[in-house]
Amino acid sequence: MSDTKTENALCLENVRLFHDGSKLLDLNVTIQPGEVVTVMGASGSGKSSLLNLISGFLPPSFSYTGRVVLDGLDITHADPADRKVGLMFQDPLLFPHLSVEENLLFGLPAKGDKTERCEKVRAALGAVNMAELGHRDPLTLSGGQQSRIALIRVLLSEPKALLLDEPFSALDSGLRDKVREFVFAQAKIKNLPTLLVTHDQLDADKSGGQIITL
Amino acid sequence: MKTKTKGWGDPLVFAPVIMIVALLGPLIAGLAGVLLPAFGFFPSLGGDQFTFSYLQDVTHKPGFWQSVRLSIWIGVATTFLSLVIVVSSFASQWGRNSFRRITRFISPLMSVPHAAAAFGFAFLIAPSGWLMRLLSPWATGFSHPPDWLIINDPAGNALLIGLVLKEIPFLFLVGLSASSQINVDERLKVARSLGYGRVWSWFTVVFPALYKQMRLPVYAVIAFSSSVVDVALILGPNFPPMLPVQLLHWMNDPALEMRFVAAAGAVWQLGATLVALLIWRIGEALIAYIGRRAAINGQRHRNDRWFRVTATTAMSAVVVIFVLSLIVLTIWSIAGFWRFPNALPSSFTLSRWANNASALWVPIVNAISIAMTSTLISLVLTIACLENEYRHNIQFTPNAMRILYLPLIVPQIAFLFGVSVFLVRYGLDGSFWPVALAHTIFVLPYVFLSMAASFRSFDLRYLQVATSLGASQNKALLFVRLPMLMKPILLASALGVAISIAQYLPTLLIGAGRVPTITTEAVALAAGGDRRLIGIYAMVQTLLPAIGFVGATLLPRFLFPNRKFFR
Amino acid sequence: MLKTLAKNLAVISLASSAILAGTAYAEDVNPADWPSVVKAANGQEVYFNAWGGAPNINAYIAWVGERVKAEYGVTLNHVKLDDTANAVNRVLTEKAAGRHQGGSVDLIWINGENFASMKRQGLLIEQNWSEQLPNYKYADVAGKPTLTYDFTVPVDGQESPWGMAQLTFYYDSAWLETPPTSLEALAKWVEENPGRFTYASPPNFIGTTFLKQVLYGTIADQSLLRAPVVEADFDEVTAPLWAYLDRLKPNLWRSGEVYAADTTQLKNLLADGEIGIAMTFNPGEASSAINAQELPQTVRSFVLDYGSMGNSHFVTIPYNANAKAGAMVVANFMLSAQAQARKADENIWGDPTVLDVNSLPAEGKALFDALTRGPATLAADEFGATLLEPDASWAVRLEEEWAKRHVRSN
Repeated sequence: MSDTKTENALCLENVRLFHDGSKLLDLNVTIQPGEVVTVMGASGSGKSSLLNLISGFLPPSFSYTGRVVLDGLDITHADPADRKVGLMFQDPLLFPHLSVEENLLFGLPAKGDKTERCEKVRAALGAVNMAELGHRDPLTLSGGQQSRIALIRVLLSEPKALLLDEPFSALDSGLRDKVREFVFAQAKIKNLPTLLVTHDQLDADKSGGQIITL
Repeated sequence: MKTKTKGWGDPLVFAPVIMIVALLGPLIAGLAGVLLPAFGFFPSLGGDQFTFSYLQDVTHKPGFWQSVRLSIWIGVATTFLSLVIVVSSFASQWGRNSFRRITRFISPLMSVPHAAAAFGFAFLIAPSGWLMRLLSPWATGFSHPPDWLIINDPAGNALLIGLVLKEIPFLFLVGLSASSQINVDERLKVARSLGYGRVWSWFTVVFPALYKQMRLPVYAVIAFSSSVVDVALILGPNFPPMLPVQLLHWMNDPALEMRFVAAAGAVWQLGATLVALLIWRIGEALIAYIGRRAAINGQRHRNDRWFRVTATTAMSAVVVIFVLSLIVLTIWSIAGFWRFPNALPSSFTLSRWANNASALWVPIVNAISIAMTSTLISLVLTIACLENEYRHNIQFTPNAMRILYLPLIVPQIAFLFGVSVFLVRYGLDGSFWPVALAHTIFVLPYVFLSMAASFRSFDLRYLQVATSLGASQNKALLFVRLPMLMKPILLASALGVAISIAQYLPTLLIGAGRVPTITTEAVALAAGGDRRLIGIYAMVQTLLPAIGFVGATLLPRFLFPNRKFFR
Repeated sequence: MLKTLAKNLAVISLASSAILAGTAYAEDVNPADWPSVVKAANGQEVYFNAWGGAPNINAYIAWVGERVKAEYGVTLNHVKLDDTANAVNRVLTEKAAGRHQGGSVDLIWINGENFASMKRQGLLIEQNWSEQLPNYKYADVAGKPTLTYDFTVPVDGQESPWGMAQLTFYYDSAWLETPPTSLEALAKWVEENPGRFTYASPPNFIGTTFLKQVLYGTIADQSLLRAPVVEADFDEVTAPLWAYLDRLKPNLWRSGEVYAADTTQLKNLLADGEIGIAMTFNPGEASSAINAQELPQTVRSFVLDYGSMGNSHFVTIPYNANAKAGAMVVANFMLSAQAQARKADENIWGDPTVLDVNSLPAEGKALFDALTRGPATLAADEFGATLLEPDASWAVRLEEEWAKRHVRSN
C-alpha cells in the first residue's frame, strides 16, 4: 500500500481474531479519512471484539494475528491510552460525578492553561448549540443530548480514528436519525476514518460507506 | 495472549501477595508462638524440651472441662439461635413492609460494638436492671431487687442471649447481601405458583442457595462466639468462665510457668472452636438430608400463619430489646442517685461527662487513629487488589477468597497471644503501629468483602472510555473509578472503622494496655460495674462508629452537591 | 471533612513519632542526688500501672498527672489494670525476653504478694531508693509498722508508701439498724437475710482480705500467720475458715453461684438494695460515695470486734523501667502533704495518709486539719485493733484453696 493511501487512514492488515482457538473473523480493510465503514453481524460474531482489538481492550481469552495501523503507525501492541482511537458505546457513559464541562475537559489533552482549555470546551459546546449545558449534571440531560456530549468528548481528545459500537441503538427512532446525522457529520468535518459496528441496516445505509457483513 | 499493560512492572501485581502475607503472616507467626510453648519449647522463657505435659496439666485446672464445654456450647448455640431467628424472619417477612422496617433498624445496630451492646443488655435484664425497675413494685411486689441469678449465670444463658442479640444484625445483613446475589423473587414465584406456602417456599427453594453464600460468615460467627472475651467478661459465667476468659487470666498470671499453660490452653481453644465447627458441619449435613426429603414429599405447608407471627415477633423483640439496651445506657450515663425500684433516676446530671471528658480524650483519639490507620491500609490494599484484577485479569479463586475469612475463623485469642509473645521478644509491644497493624488483620476482610461486589460490577466501559480519551490507567482509576465508587468505598470505610473500634483483644494483647482505646477502657470497667461511667464509655463507643456511618452517607452529597448519581 | 482527616493523620504521625522517641532512655538514677533526679525527670513519660476500677481514684491519679506535669515536666500515663498481676507479669516477660532496660512499666501500684513476688524474682531496683525520697522523712514509720513490713516482707526501700487500708464494712442504716459486729452475728444475720450478703471472689484483693479476716477470727493460733504456710498443717488450721464460709454459702447473694468482682460492685449492689452489708479496704469510701450521689445518705460503717485487716499500699519501680527518674519524682510527689491530704479528702478519694501529720510543717498540717469526716466514716477510736497481714504465702494458698472449693470442676 502506498503512503498517500495510508496517511490518516485506519488499516486492518490481515486481521484474524480467535476466541478460545476458534476463528471469529478475518479482515483486511483500509478506512480512509472521512470514510465510514460499517461492520454488521449477529451477536457473537466478534464485531465488538474487533473494536476491543483496535482500541486495546481485548480480553486474554481472545487471540489474533495481523496488524492494526493508524496514520502509518503500527498500534497493534500500543498502550490503549496512546492509540488515539476514539470510542463510543451504545450508552453515552458520561462520568456521572463530573459536570458536562468537566467531562469535556477530561477528554481534552493537557495542553494550554486552564482558561484556554475552558475556552476550547465552551467553543466546542457553542459550535453545536449546547453552550448552556456546560454546568449541568450529565444525568439530567436527555438521551440525545448525552450522546452528543459523549461524541464531543471523544472529538476533543483529538483522536485519529473513531470506533462506534452501536452508538444509536439505545435511542428511540426519531432521535436516532438526528444523532446519527450529527455523528457522521462531525466525523466528516474532522476527516476521521470511522468504523461503525451495528446490527441496524438503517445505520449501515446512512453511513454511505463500505459495508462488511460477518 | 496479550495483557493490557506492557511489562513495565506495574506495582499493583504485588497487591494480592501483600494482602495474603498481611493476613496469613501474623496468623502463622501467632500460631507458632502458641504451639511452640504449648509443647514446652520456648528457649527465651527457659523451655527447651519438647513435652506434652503442659497440654495435660492445663486440663487439671479447676473447671477446665466446664470451660471447654461452655465455649463449644456458646459457639454452636449462639450461631444456631441467631441463624434460626434471622432466616425465619427472612422466610416470613421477605418482600413485606415489616421487612423493610426491620432492615432500617438492623443496619445501624450492626455498628454497635459488642461490649456496648452487652453492657446495655446487662443493665436491662439484671435483677436490679431497668426492666425490673419498670415493673416494680406495682407488678412484681419487689422493693428490693430479687436475688435471681441472671447475669453471669454458670450456664452462660445471659451470655448466650447477649451474643445472639449482637450476631443477629450481622447475620441479617449477610443474608440481605446474599439475597441480592440469588434471584429470590423469581425462585419464590416458581414455588408459590406450584401451590407451596410462603414460608415453606422460602425454606425449600431460597434457603439452600442462600445458605451456601452465608456459610463462611456463619462459620465466623461460630468461631467468634466460641472464643469471645469482651462479652464473656461482661455477661458470662465466672466459676469457671468460658475458656477464652480463663486463657486471658492465665496470660496475665505473673508466674512464668503460666505462659506455657496459657499457650497450652490456647491450643485447647483452637480445638474447642474446631469441635464447635465440626458439630455445626454435622448439623448442616443432617438438616440438608432431612430438608431434601421434606421438600419432595409433596406437602404444600400453606398454613404458616403461626410461624410468620412467631418469627416476626421474635425479630421485633430482638430489635426492641436492643434499642431499650441503648436507651438504658444513655440514662445511666446521666443518672444521679437512682434508688431501686424507681423507674428513673431521682436526678440527672451531666457532671460525670464533664469530669471524664479529659480521661476520655486519649482513648478516643487512640481509637480513631487506630481505626483510620487500619481502615486506610485496608482500603489501599483492597483497591490495589481489585484494580489489579481488572488490569491483569487475575481474579481471586474461591480458595483464595477463603483466606480472607481465616483471621475471622481462627480464634483471635489463640494466635494474638503468640503474636504478642514475639512482639515482646523484640520490644515492639505496646506501641501504636503494631496495634494498628493487628487491627488491619480483622478490618481488611470486612473492607474487602464489602467493596468487592460493587468494584467488580463496575461498568468497565467507563474505564475504556477514559483510557481511549488518553487517560493513563492510574488517572482512570483516580478520577473515574474511585470517585464513581465513592459510596461503596465510604461505606466500606465506615464498616472498617466500626470493626476496628469494637476490637478488644488485639488492642489489649498487642497494645499491652499502653494503647488504651475507648473499648479496652469500657471493658476494663466491666468488673466493678460503675454503671454511670460504663454508660458514658459505652455511649461514646456506640457513637464513634455511628458518626462514621452518618459521615459516609452524607459525604458524597456534600462533595458532589448537584449530582443525581450520588442521591 | 478533609480538614478533620488531615488532623487525624497528623495525630497518627505524632503518636507514632512519640513512640519512636520514647525508647531512648535508660541511665541509672541516684535518689540521694535529688536535683539530678528532678533534672533527668523533666520531659520523661511515666507509665503508671495501677488498678483502674474506681473512677474517683482514676480522677485522683489524673490530678497527680497534671501536677507533676506542671511542676516537673513529667508526663504521667495511667495504664488501667484490672489486676496488678498483669503489670508484674509484663515485667517478668520482659526480663525473660532479655529486655533489661527501656521496659514498658515505670511505676506500679502494689503491695502484698505482688510485691513479694517481684522482690523474690529480682524485678525491682536493687538499691534502697524510697527511703531517700525527700518526702519520706514525714512518713509515719514509727506509728505504722505496715510501712516497713509489707505482708511480713521487709520493704527495704524498694517501694514507696502511698496509702493505708483497713477492712471496713458498711450498711444502709435505713434498712439495717444494728450491724453484726462478730463473725457469729454476721453468720446469723446472713441466715436470717438470705441473698443479702456477699464478698468479692479471690484473687480480687477485697475477697482475699475477707478470707484472711475470717481466718484470723477462726484460727486457733494466730502466730502461725506470721510465718510461711506449713503445707502439712494447712488443711487443719484452715478447716474452721472453710466451715464458716460453707455455712454462709447457701444464704449468700445468688446462693454463692457468683460473687462480686470488686469493691465497686459491692458498692453498687448496696446502692441497689441487693445486699445489706458491703465491705471496702478504704475507710473513707462510703462517705466518698455518698458525696458522689452513689450511695444514700443513710449509709454507715462498722468493723468486726476482734480487729480488722490493715495494710499499706505502695508504688514501686521495676528494675528495667524506662523512666526511673520520672517515676521517683512521681513517687515523691505522691508522698507530699499536698498529695496525701487531697487523697485523704472524702470528696476526692478518702484514702488515709501514710504521713505522720504532726511531723509536718505548719502549712502541710493545716491541709489535713481542714479535712472533714463524712457521716459514714468511723472516728479513729472506733477502728479497733489492726490485724497485720499474714505472710504472703497465705494469700496464695488461700486463693488456690478457695478456687478449688468454689469453681465447678465437673
